[in-house]
Amino acid sequence: MQAMIIEALSWIFIISGAIFLLIGAIGIIRFPDFWSRLHALSVCDSAGMILLVLGMMLQAGLSFITIKLAIIGVFLFITGPTATHAVANAAFMSGNRPKSYKDDKQEEENA
Amino acid sequence: MMRHHVILRVITKVLIGPIILFAFYVQFHGDYSPGGGFQAGVIFAVAFILHGLVFGLSTVQKVMPPKWVHKLIALGLLIYAGTGFAGLFMGGQFLEYNVLAHDPIHGQHNGILIIELGVGMTVAAVMIAIYYAFAARPPRISDEEW
Repeated sequence: MQAMIIEALSWIFIISGAIFLLIGAIGIIRFPDFWSRLHALSVCDSAGMILLVLGMMLQAGLSFITIKLAIIGVFLFITGPTATHAVANAAFMSGNRPKSYKDDKQEEENA
Repeated sequence: MMRHHVILRVITKVLIGPIILFAFYVQFHGDYSPGGGFQAGVIFAVAFILHGLVFGLSTVQKVMPPKWVHKLIALGLLIYAGTGFAGLFMGGQFLEYNVLAHDPIHGQHNGILIIELGVGMTVAAVMIAIYYAFAARPPRISDEEW
């Protein structure tokens, strides 16, 4: 009974993680500009990764593999948002702006 | 250096230690699990390349001077070839591990560890040297012309 519950939980985690990643992939293709694509990628990536790692940890049971998976999860949880931050920062520095972005100078001109 | 890269700086400082630790794990656990000298060397070099990318080339060259890097390339190769000749001098063939200890199993264990250490050293040093060679090139166009 307990084994069945753990099995079902792990598959719920894995399938929902896969759905998150699928939604993120669709978002990368369908969204109009760089910033919304980056948003879709980073958020769905983090969520899907956490759910996938949780599902795999439940599949592995209490063993050394679970600890390795936990370390992988912590690493990706730290590095994924950092990479997104670096990409977004580089794009902003090189002059790429979101579609609805208004800086102060533009607002003064419009007023 | 630019001060606005504070997130990258903090995360890099947190990550460099675990990256090097993982490189050593891959290096010395390589005979029981996936891994070995080449992979460990690349992971080891990644720590230095990450440091160089975030903190600048001159900072990482204080940690790992280029002349050390060039000596490490030669040292790793010397360890590899030296293990081969050690087998030759102890009565076996070139790179025969069986004669390196009293019984063949221990000999093979020692031999593969030492060989992989040499491979890891050379690969790590070559990767760092390639990064230095590319990063030290002066840019052909200045930042203003982009």
